[in-house]
Amino acid sequence: MLKLQSSENKATRQGFGEMLVELGKENPNIVVLGVDVTPSVKTDLFMKAFPDRFFSVGISEQDMIGTAAGLYLAGKIPFVSAYGEFAAGRPFDQIRQTLAYSVIPVKICASHAGITVGPDGATHQSLEDMSIMRSLPHMVVATPCDYLQTRKMIRASLDLHQPLYVRYFRDNTPVFTNPDAPFQFGKADKLIDGSDVTIIACGLQVWEAILAEETLASEGISARVINMHTLKPIDRACIIEAAEQTGAIVTAEDHQIHGGLGSAVAEVLSQSCPTPQEFVAVNDTFGESGKGDELMKKYGIAKDAIVAATRKVIQRKKR
Amino acid sequence: MEKLSITELPEIARQLRRDVIKMLMISKSGHSGGPLGLADIFASLYFHLMNIDPQQPKMDARDYFFLSAGHLCPVWYATLARRGYFPISELTTLRKINGRLQGHPAPAHTHGVPGIEIASGALGQGLSIGVGCAIGLKLDKKPNWVYVLCGDGELNEGQIWEAMMTAGHHKVDNVITIVDRNFCQIDNRTENVMQLEPLADKWKAFNWHVLECNGNDIEQFIKTVRQAQELKGKPKVILAHTFMGKGVSFMEDDYKWHGVPPNDEQGKTALSEISPTKYGDFIEFEWEKEAVAA
Repeated sequence: MLKLQSSENKATRQGFGEMLVELGKENPNIVVLGVDVTPSVKTDLFMKAFPDRFFSVGISEQDMIGTAAGLYLAGKIPFVSAYGEFAAGRPFDQIRQTLAYSVIPVKICASHAGITVGPDGATHQSLEDMSIMRSLPHMVVATPCDYLQTRKMIRASLDLHQPLYVRYFRDNTPVFTNPDAPFQFGKADKLIDGSDVTIIACGLQVWEAILAEETLASEGISARVINMHTLKPIDRACIIEAAEQTGAIVTAEDHQIHGGLGSAVAEVLSQSCPTPQEFVAVNDTFGESGKGDELMKKYGIAKDAIVAATRKVIQRKKR
Repeated sequence: MEKLSITELPEIARQLRRDVIKMLMISKSGHSGGPLGLADIFASLYFHLMNIDPQQPKMDARDYFFLSAGHLCPVWYATLARRGYFPISELTTLRKINGRLQGHPAPAHTHGVPGIEIASGALGQGLSIGVGCAIGLKLDKKPNWVYVLCGDGELNEGQIWEAMMTAGHHKVDNVITIVDRNFCQIDNRTENVMQLEPLADKWKAFNWHVLECNGNDIEQFIKTVRQAQELKGKPKVILAHTFMGKGVSFMEDDYKWHGVPPNDEQGKTALSEISPTKYGDFIEFEWEKEAVAA
């Protein structure tokens, strides 16, 4: 039996767009910048509610970052939004020079992240964004696992004094987190307890891990499932505890194998508690067009890949 | 130091030039030509035009200044120190480890000094920041001016043109961009590296008010800024014609002085061409003391 149930399917980007309007009502200093993808990234909701606090900068993501930094210096709370690849990849230098180095707390909200953006193909599938954002000092890097958590994350972003890169997704996906559970950047959620192995997942792979846990349980494997929603700063204590108590780790993410969640977890393990780890991630390749769920299967980041990786890591543990 | 009258500005500009030369002689690294060419503009902005308080660098009513071409910072550091943002003795620390005068400017809360709002150094990014800041101020109906200083070579960067479009589109008329039009960049004359002309027409086509002046004539520059302040409905750009290396005969109008410091001999010659001021230098070199003793 599934240990967590999905109440409905809803898009994480929808959670972002709705929360932005709620925050806009509460705080007159919130401003939003658009780069001509407003309905896609759901900032059209804010634009319609607060037309005087929404600014189009055209299709110019680099200018978007700088303009947002300037708005912050004038006392505003800027949110910027684009597809993952164009929120992180295109303006990387601007994010590094203008936001990270000067510690300017602009919120970079990256919709349509990962391979599940699907039919648009490899040019639009940001699979390196968490890696490059994680490499920058002062950045907070996070990715919610469902609609509800996206809402909480966007609200919590108001308390950050550092720049934030938050990545979420296009598709309607299961809503399964507890509406009453508190959210804190850097504090992972232990969703299912287990003693044989720990699956540390982020974003859409959290639901895949929940599905995998059911299969593993039927095989007599007790798997812990952790939602590592913040990659930086990462919850070291949670990772070390999982390694010590279960002795084997699987990481799962919709991202390249290099530099993302798997790497972040490995950095902690290798320094503090060397433990066998298997990586479920896109294996150093670009994606292609297709449906999100088809691509997750083909590129080895869906439930079955997590199950296989878990069996494998348990074998390594026994050696 | 307090605000100065227009007639007092040439002397402080001269001191800024002496400061730049001495800073670069000590650091043995950094840019000579642009900073010397801009001493008159920095003197005009910081000692006459801008509403600022060095004791409260972040005061709400401040006029904002963004140096988009970060490599020009030696003259900015000299200006900030002379204006009272930090001690002039610190000008000896340009580009030195554990110092605050980074090779390219950084704000006080990172490695830098008060008076710097945000880091710059990667070219082409400052105009976006200034325009965003101006949009934010307009939203609150605040009267603060935003000044952005760009190099002319820097206009090669695509982001500048994105920001030009944004400012024109949103009619951001509280931003005044100053282009240091010295026709020099690292490799060659600007028009040989990447043609900018007809530059005024380009800004006009992007919906900016365009003014031009001699950026080494303090009176003319200040008059032009005042004119720009009166223009409504569009962002304003001043193409300020300056000479790279202004004040030092062997550097003037020579692009080869973009990115190198003077050696000791060149520095001595340069200082001999810029007469000392009542403000005094931030350091007396040994050879200067010996000369006085002799």
